[in-house]
Amino acid sequence: MCERCAVEKDIYLPRLATLEKKRLMNPTEMYLRLSIDDNEPFDFIPGQFVEVSIAGVGEAPITISSSPTQKGYFELVIRRTGNVTNAVHRMRIGDKIGIRGPLGKGTYPVEEAKGKNVVFICGGIGLVPQRSFINYVLDNRADYKELAVLLGTKCLSQRFFHSELDVWSHRNDIRFMETIDQTDDCWLGNVGVVTTLIPKIEKELESALVFICGPPVMYKFVLMALQEAEVPKERIFLNLERKMKCGVGKCGHCQINNYYACIDGPVFRYSDLRIAPEAI
Amino acid sequence: MRTVTIDKNAFRRFVDEIIKRQRVIGVCAKGDRFDFEQLESADQLRLDYDVTLQPPKKYFLPPVETLLTFEVGDGYKSVYDDTPFVLLGVHPYDMVALNQLDTLFTQDNYDTHYMKRRHNATIVACDVVSPSKNVFASSMGTATVKDGFDVLLTDIGNAFVMESGSKKGDRFIAKAQGAVDSSEKDLQARQKIQAENEKRLNNHKLKCEASYLPKLLERAYDHPVWEEKAKTCFSCGSCNLVCPTCYCFNVQDDVNWDFISGKRQRAWDGCLLDGFTKVAGEHEFRKKRADRFRHRLYRKCKYVPEKISSQIMSCVGCGRCVGACLPDIANPVKVYNRLVDDLGIK
Repeated sequence: MCERCAVEKDIYLPRLATLEKKRLMNPTEMYLRLSIDDNEPFDFIPGQFVEVSIAGVGEAPITISSSPTQKGYFELVIRRTGNVTNAVHRMRIGDKIGIRGPLGKGTYPVEEAKGKNVVFICGGIGLVPQRSFINYVLDNRADYKELAVLLGTKCLSQRFFHSELDVWSHRNDIRFMETIDQTDDCWLGNVGVVTTLIPKIEKELESALVFICGPPVMYKFVLMALQEAEVPKERIFLNLERKMKCGVGKCGHCQINNYYACIDGPVFRYSDLRIAPEAI
Repeated sequence: MRTVTIDKNAFRRFVDEIIKRQRVIGVCAKGDRFDFEQLESADQLRLDYDVTLQPPKKYFLPPVETLLTFEVGDGYKSVYDDTPFVLLGVHPYDMVALNQLDTLFTQDNYDTHYMKRRHNATIVACDVVSPSKNVFASSMGTATVKDGFDVLLTDIGNAFVMESGSKKGDRFIAKAQGAVDSSEKDLQARQKIQAENEKRLNNHKLKCEASYLPKLLERAYDHPVWEEKAKTCFSCGSCNLVCPTCYCFNVQDDVNWDFISGKRQRAWDGCLLDGFTKVAGEHEFRKKRADRFRHRLYRKCKYVPEKISSQIMSCVGCGRCVGACLPDIANPVKVYNRLVDDLGIK
């Protein structure tokens, strides 16, 4: 055996984590709280993801939703859509789930954003990965200037994190605005797509770092709106989802032109994506 | 590092000796074509072959391999293949391809599964004797190889010149009975063959320097050639399957009949196949055939060379995809030459 093979770990080998809490947040989204079983460190930066592994079913890449300021556990929110995610929904408290990661070198620019305004634009489930950095900013509130969060949801039944959003909307140190795409009798707030909220945060957008996460179609329109608001590309960050099958830059499924979403991302600076037309 | 000359009969006896002790994989005839197979006798070995059906990468990244075993609810265990073997008769372009895979599997994250097999292998490369119909290694600068091999063989007529390229190669050569240090004349004969190969493995001629291709592709993203060629693409992935530098894979779980234990396997995948980029919510990022067709040719001569900072392209000019492609659109040289014609060299 060669020397390096003897010391290097198997990059495909998951660690075990225990499911501590789970809660169905809406018809499709499940909140999960997990803790790693072994004593090895599990340190992550907002924006990093893990490969969630269910023995006999497979793996799915899921971005960590909790802030690293919360120690001893981490949170995921998983929409049931395929084999692995449906299997996760069927898991019970105390069950073991395989975890690989944290993965991804393209994270939220936690340090660069210090002393600046930060604006988050989320579409539906796009709130989940952004929440990690939003809560990180709230936990280190003095390090950052104005904080604005815009959330657009397709319909009322898909809205989630109700109590957390309620807290955000009552805090003075965060400007939280949300909208629902389709009108609903039970909804008294804004109606329309998330881009309709962008003109309302003109003040916060000044010299701000802007973070976008949502369904693929949303990026195009939000970027157009940000261009109108004259936000430079260097200050826009996109969280790009691709098929991160191996998560370690080998399998090729998540490639976006020159980049691999799994190792170069999943958070990309918009100006770096000039050479990657496949990104948007 | 030694360079020796060994008479062809002595070489055959030497190979038979190794077969007794170790697993030896060599090039054999398969109908009127050739492929790598486990040798039972040195008589099967055909070092005068033109090109093998499959590149040698399958001995390092098998079509299907077990990465882990698991028991439901009870964790995962790594599985490794630890059998040493000799790989006999790797052509220079395939050796260059293996060198690139080595870099790719160690860069960023170290892939122990690939590398264990790599370290268990003794690779005996050999200079080309009969060029294949579609080879264009001379255009890609891969007609000869300088490193990566443990031993390099060159057929100089009645004997082989064997050059060691590593400590493992030294030990290998030391066991060869009847090998003598190469004379100046033998070395000159070898030099002549290699110089000729640099020119003659060129049945499709690239109209620019291979190292210029990344720059050329920078300007070719919206060129009509992608749509035109891909019109007849079957999305069958044959070009991926036979490529010595394609290494994309899928990972799948396989549960045993007891429904408790099972294994996690990786299997070759191809970027030309529909669904390669499909994610949850039915979003597919390279849905169009033309986009997938373009992706392969960009990967070969832009993305991967840039990723590993290589002057040598990831298309090594073996020509296998040219023969494997049913609608005859895969030939990289035809596409790149068309781009040179239309866009010029700047």
